[in-house]
Amino acid sequence: MVSVKRVVLDVLKPHHPKSLELAQAIAEIGEDYRVRLMVEEVDENTETIKIEVTAEAIDFEAIEAAITKMGAALHSIDEVDVEGGPSHA
Amino acid sequence: MWTQLAFLLRITRSEGIMRRYFVVNGFDGALTMLGLIIGFLVGPPAQLSLVIGVCLSAAIALGVSGVSSAYVSEAAERKRSLKQLEEAMVTDLGDSAHGDAVRWVPILTALVNGSAPVMISLLILTPLWLSDAGVAVLLPPLHASVVIALGLVFLLGVYLGHVAGISWLRSGFQALMLALMTTGLIYLFAGN
Repeated sequence: MVSVKRVVLDVLKPHHPKSLELAQAIAEIGEDYRVRLMVEEVDENTETIKIEVTAEAIDFEAIEAAITKMGAALHSIDEVDVEGGPSHA
Repeated sequence: MWTQLAFLLRITRSEGIMRRYFVVNGFDGALTMLGLIIGFLVGPPAQLSLVIGVCLSAAIALGVSGVSSAYVSEAAERKRSLKQLEEAMVTDLGDSAHGDAVRWVPILTALVNGSAPVMISLLILTPLWLSDAGVAVLLPPLHASVVIALGLVFLLGVYLGHVAGISWLRSGFQALMLALMTTGLIYLFAGN
């Protein structure tokens, strides 16, 4: 089974909610989720951030939904680490 | 639910607005009741049921006015903020927490704005109701209501002092002075 172990996302977010709240919302998706958030650019109304998420099996759709719910927009997936496991076929 | 509402207030930075609405309309409620009751004290004697009816009508009017005015103005303000944010983000935020805030923050603000004068008015009217129901009150009912009104105005001042981080006692007395000035003006212009 293939599982996503790490993703780095380029995200545009409003100033509120704060980066800490956005990181917490993503970390709440799974118990082993580790989130690292870096602010790259600050504008008048928005911030460009990089979000690095690591976990045993990342649920990417849940991360995307959490980002959207917090009023942020996913611009691109910059890095991905994926591991393939033994096939069950 | 409360956590979610607190979150919506935080992202729209509406906590300060709610505080302001609560204090401003709370003052309105307290001073309106104070004015009406002083008016009944300086005027010809009136039945307690009439006093209660007039004061309660004023409290309801203040409540409805508070709810409707705050809802209309906050809804417009929230929509404007969302539009500005959507332009900056170049995306539709209708399904985000910001979209939820546009729907819920005006309702919450309206409830605070409307309930503050009603709750404060009801507290002020308590001695009148008790007396009307035959319950013994320490002071004559109208005087007891005036004392409660002055006490609540003082407490609103104390709260403002707490918010501003200044002396609560000084802030409380400043608010109390305003209420006493209102009383003085009513005696001056409406007293016999």
